[in-house]
Amino acid sequence: MNLTIRSGAALTLCALAASTWAQQGQTVKIAMIEGFSGPFANVGQNLQKSAQFLAANLNAAENPAGVKFVIVPMDSKSSPQEALNLLKSATDQGIRYVSQGNGSNVAVPLSGAVSKFNERNPGKEVIYLNYAAVDPVLTNEKCSYWHFRLDADTSMKMEALTTFMKGQPQISKVYLLNQNYSHGQQVARYFKEAMSRKRPDVKMVGEDYVPLGQVKDFAPYIAKIKDSGANAIVTGNWGQDMTLFMKAIADAGLKVPVYAYYAWVSGTPTALAASGDKLELYQVAYNHANYTGRMGDLGAKYKAQTGDDFYFYSIYNGLVALSHAMAKARSTDPVKVAAALEGLRIEGFNGESTVRKSDHQLQQGVWISKWQKVDTKNKYNVENTGYTFAPLEFVDAYKASTLTNCQMKRPG
Amino acid sequence: MEFVLISLLNGLSYGLLLFMLSSGLTLIFSMMGVLNFAHASFYMLGAYFGYQLSLWVGYWPALLIAPLIVGLLGAGIERIGLRRVRRFGHVAELLLTFGLSYLVLEFVQLSWGRAVVPYGLPSELQGPLFTIFGTQFPRSRSFVMLVALLMLGSVWLLLTRTRIGLVIQAALTHPEMAESLGHNVPLVLTGVFGGGCALAGLAGVVGGNTYVTEPAIAASLGSIIFVVVVVGGLGSLAGAFLASMLIGLLQTFAVAIDTRLFDISVSQMAPMLPYLLMVLILIFRPRGLMGTRET
Repeated sequence: MNLTIRSGAALTLCALAASTWAQQGQTVKIAMIEGFSGPFANVGQNLQKSAQFLAANLNAAENPAGVKFVIVPMDSKSSPQEALNLLKSATDQGIRYVSQGNGSNVAVPLSGAVSKFNERNPGKEVIYLNYAAVDPVLTNEKCSYWHFRLDADTSMKMEALTTFMKGQPQISKVYLLNQNYSHGQQVARYFKEAMSRKRPDVKMVGEDYVPLGQVKDFAPYIAKIKDSGANAIVTGNWGQDMTLFMKAIADAGLKVPVYAYYAWVSGTPTALAASGDKLELYQVAYNHANYTGRMGDLGAKYKAQTGDDFYFYSIYNGLVALSHAMAKARSTDPVKVAAALEGLRIEGFNGESTVRKSDHQLQQGVWISKWQKVDTKNKYNVENTGYTFAPLEFVDAYKASTLTNCQMKRPG
Repeated sequence: MEFVLISLLNGLSYGLLLFMLSSGLTLIFSMMGVLNFAHASFYMLGAYFGYQLSLWVGYWPALLIAPLIVGLLGAGIERIGLRRVRRFGHVAELLLTFGLSYLVLEFVQLSWGRAVVPYGLPSELQGPLFTIFGTQFPRSRSFVMLVALLMLGSVWLLLTRTRIGLVIQAALTHPEMAESLGHNVPLVLTGVFGGGCALAGLAGVVGGNTYVTEPAIAASLGSIIFVVVVVGGLGSLAGAFLASMLIGLLQTFAVAIDTRLFDISVSQMAPMLPYLLMVLILIFRPRGLMGTRET
């Protein structure tokens, strides 16, 4: 009797082990639909290298499913139309995982197309991993069961930023300058909304919008900001609109701290460094530049291999979450993996992070970091400029979390 | 008062920057009738050559050498490409320069990569020149203004007060006569195109470190310099100068106005005003402010 129980238990264990290993060694192709040529090509290239590097370097704890991730880059030239064609091409090739991030203008139609495809092609479902598109709509009005967002969306980042600014009593007048499209408008909207809740005494002394990539000379805006008496600037600008804006601030000797969203994007740190110490710049992002331990090692190895900085940490969380979900589901079938991803807790690069079941937004902490010279504590030399993003404050996941009105349609 | 004065200064300096960018384009158009679509690409080449040379020989020699290289390159392109397609008319020339802009972009991306290059200011141009009401006016901007004024002066003097200018003008209006008097008209045209490109190159060396040097600059500058040239009157140097100043001041002061028109504030429209101005000019005065012929 005793023996039968024991051998039965042993058999069950064996069976468990065998089924746990069912997905072991399988190859999981992830299509990366991104602009690898065109104006944002340098960001796309860093992204591709980061994903391929991570796929090759995950350790056993990070990849419990033991699968082999293969990144299949597909060049969308940053065009939504092209991205939809590439989704078709990916599904034709039998790829069951797609990822995209740069540009919510691409992410929103892509998420819609993935849902539609899955509805019409049962048995061929595709999971969409979004590692950078931050339009809150993707996890609210237009949320989809098949879409998983790894970055923190604009509402979370503004929640975190205002939590940080709440503790800065010297801030009393804020000037908002943003690019005139959905992202810039959302930064302004969510910032104002969160700030009026936390610090109703803070006045918005100016709110300006610039057309994307059209302004060559930001000096008139600097004069206006100075005239407004603002003692903090909040901007979601990126690319040339960010670098020229910062340069104009430094050139005019305007001593007003800037709270920015996209200071780390490839090329921007190089342009910022030209202004030396004249900028007081803070960044709100899921990362900073000075991780130690495992993430620090990965970053250093990446730099040694590619000569580039590693900053797409969300892909790390994405691959770790996928692998854990696959181990949990004991399968690489997206239908089972999507179910396993819901509510999944992972040990991400910022500690514990959870895939929220209600809207598939990864709940995670957000960093406020400061742009400063490299020192003994913060050694990482961003783009070899001698400057770094030093971690200042970590806003915990529960503080950065925002509500969702997502009414998710689940399959079946 | 304080704000008006600073805005005036900003407007003038932005206007002079626009003039610096567009003077070469105007020169080439007025002398040759070629609308050089690759003008902004020559600006970009100037910026990148300036960056590379300043690493090797320092900024000040680069300021001289880089425009020369860009000018020679322009002259070579005129000699090999434009001269051959000229007999097929202006459209062929325009298409050639259009294609050229793509080639230059790819060349730049292959040579220096797609990211921003760390093209810094020399120590002499760092820091503010003066401070007015607590706002610093950077030396780099003042240098841009100076270069623009020098460009205006020297091109004007060259064309109207020297023998070379006389020959150039003669070669344009009466090519057969100039040729029968023993002047090499094709060579003059090569020189003019090269000269225009050199001006773009010079603007690039100066503008590249005052602003940002990256492969996107050609595309982002391309549109605004055409506005300057069209508003000023195609082919008029004085017109281009006037248009630059007008656009510079208009845009700078518009930023300050928060009055709302049709639910968007004037400041929001400011970067679009030059284009609006261009449309109005094309409707009501198609030859531009000081142009001599219809576009």
